[in-house]
Amino acid sequence: MQASYFAKKIIRSVLTIWLVVTFTFAALHMSGDPIEALVGDQAPAAVVAHYREKFGLDRPLWEQYVSYLHSIALGDFGLSMSDQKPATTLIAEALPNTLRLGLVSFIGGLTGGVVLGIVAALNRNRPVDRFVMSFAVFGFSMPNFFLGILLMLLFALHLRVLPSAGADTGWHLILPAITLGTHFAGTFARFTRSAMLEVMNKQYMTAARAKGAPQARRVFWHALPNAAIPILTIVGLKLGDLVAGSIVVESVFAWPGIGRLLVGAVTSRDFALVQAILIMVAITMMLTNLAVDFIYTIVDPRMRTSEGARA
Amino acid sequence: MKPWITTVARWRKKERSLVTAEARFPALVVAALVFMAFIFLVAILADVIAPYDYRAQSLRLRLASPVFLEGDLRHILGTDELGRDVFSRLLYATRFSIVIALAGTLMGATLGTLLGFIAAHYRGTVEEGIMMLADVQASLPFMLIALALIAAFGGSVLLFTAIMGIYGWEVFARLTRGVVLSANGQGYATAMTALGAPPRHIYWRHILPNILSVLIVQFTLNFPQVILLETSLSFLGLGIRPPLTSLGQMLGAGRAYITTAWWVAILPGSLIFLTTMSISIIGDWLRDRFDPTLRNQ
Repeated sequence: MQASYFAKKIIRSVLTIWLVVTFTFAALHMSGDPIEALVGDQAPAAVVAHYREKFGLDRPLWEQYVSYLHSIALGDFGLSMSDQKPATTLIAEALPNTLRLGLVSFIGGLTGGVVLGIVAALNRNRPVDRFVMSFAVFGFSMPNFFLGILLMLLFALHLRVLPSAGADTGWHLILPAITLGTHFAGTFARFTRSAMLEVMNKQYMTAARAKGAPQARRVFWHALPNAAIPILTIVGLKLGDLVAGSIVVESVFAWPGIGRLLVGAVTSRDFALVQAILIMVAITMMLTNLAVDFIYTIVDPRMRTSEGARA
Repeated sequence: MKPWITTVARWRKKERSLVTAEARFPALVVAALVFMAFIFLVAILADVIAPYDYRAQSLRLRLASPVFLEGDLRHILGTDELGRDVFSRLLYATRFSIVIALAGTLMGATLGTLLGFIAAHYRGTVEEGIMMLADVQASLPFMLIALALIAAFGGSVLLFTAIMGIYGWEVFARLTRGVVLSANGQGYATAMTALGAPPRHIYWRHILPNILSVLIVQFTLNFPQVILLETSLSFLGLGIRPPLTSLGQMLGAGRAYITTAWWVAILPGSLIFLTTMSISIIGDWLRDRFDPTLRNQ
């Protein structure tokens, strides 16, 4: 059963990627004449015709679509209009920075959030719990661009202890990572708390207590693995927030990653670069979601049976 | 029913309502409701309250301090880099941000609910198609879709609002489809069908009122997200652009002067934060009240 479950998921993911690619093709064609944008509307007809032929724009639409799919499948996204480098080269240059910032923020936010959530659940309705929950509300209501500016104002301009922009040293990572991670810490704290509270009422927790297991063992050995299942779902869902968040945070802190590259490309309407980033992110997200589904079956043995997968 | 039973029931209810008034309307929720009422009032009355035109420049009075930093009374919240009155700009920015977010959320809710009804009514291929589109949108961060659309079609206000209107439709479509499918199996819908009511009548008069509370809760959960989306994009210079303004646009333009005139950026930023936080608090509270499965937690 497991194989067919994953086959279905994979087919769905491929379909989604195909729809995204088709969407970019359609957007590219509905957004106006690229030749006119390139040579201007005063250009002689012969020049326009020359460029049309050169870029294959004189061929029927379906032929253009097929050759578009073909080049995307080969990883050829065309040249960035503004600096005439292949879009993939620009992405490859920016990718390590984005991964560094994204991973540090996500792992930091996840760990911090889970720890806070456990602490809140263990101290339910006490001041500690209230404090953690206030932080959680703060974390996911605070716009990341505003938090970034506030942190920059405090740590870079007033206290002068951290750099405000760029990515030259490890110190440069701290402010953007805190900005991006706070949102996740807030979200995960909330979900961990409710997942833990749910689990702690279960009979196996009473049983663990009755047989004399110490609290640390009960929390980390009995409760947490069971609470991990809903938390894992959120991890998969929050990945999109990480991408969206890094677009903004990278721009605030002049962090030379994919997000800033994308904002620059949208500003200059460099669609070759925009579509390359769009498709690449879509593929990454599909793969990660498949990975999360796969981790599910490891964490939760019930998912390995047909009933579990459907539930 | 015997009269004394109703009397006791009424008395019990009264007692309960007194005891649980605080539990049902926590102070934080009341504060959030009051703040949102204030924000909506500001958005409606912006042109009445504003002492200046929000675009009026006065280049001799650039980056003037607000009153609480020993500025003078002409510009109570100071001026920005072009000598425009920050107070008046805040009022109009609030209006623009609220109107766009409200329009966007409403469009998304209407579109999604409609598609949800269509999917549940026609089933088959139509349903598959709609749900697949919903899956695609759910699997990508909407920020990315919005940026791609802006890159392709440019940044007119109308288009930008329309993009905000695509946000979140998939949540409403999934919700509506699910609820309509289960409602179709319930007695009241079957009874109406047996009485010969056309499907449109059943959906509009009988099923919609029953799922309205769910939709309203979802609306309040989506609303702050649309505000964040609009302000983020405007902050990046890709949403609402000058001469128009929004809270995000003010913050984005003002951050260059953060060392010399922090109020130009911090004031609109604080308004965004307080607004999204208030609506989140109200949305959570509504969800807890309408969702009976959460009531005993």
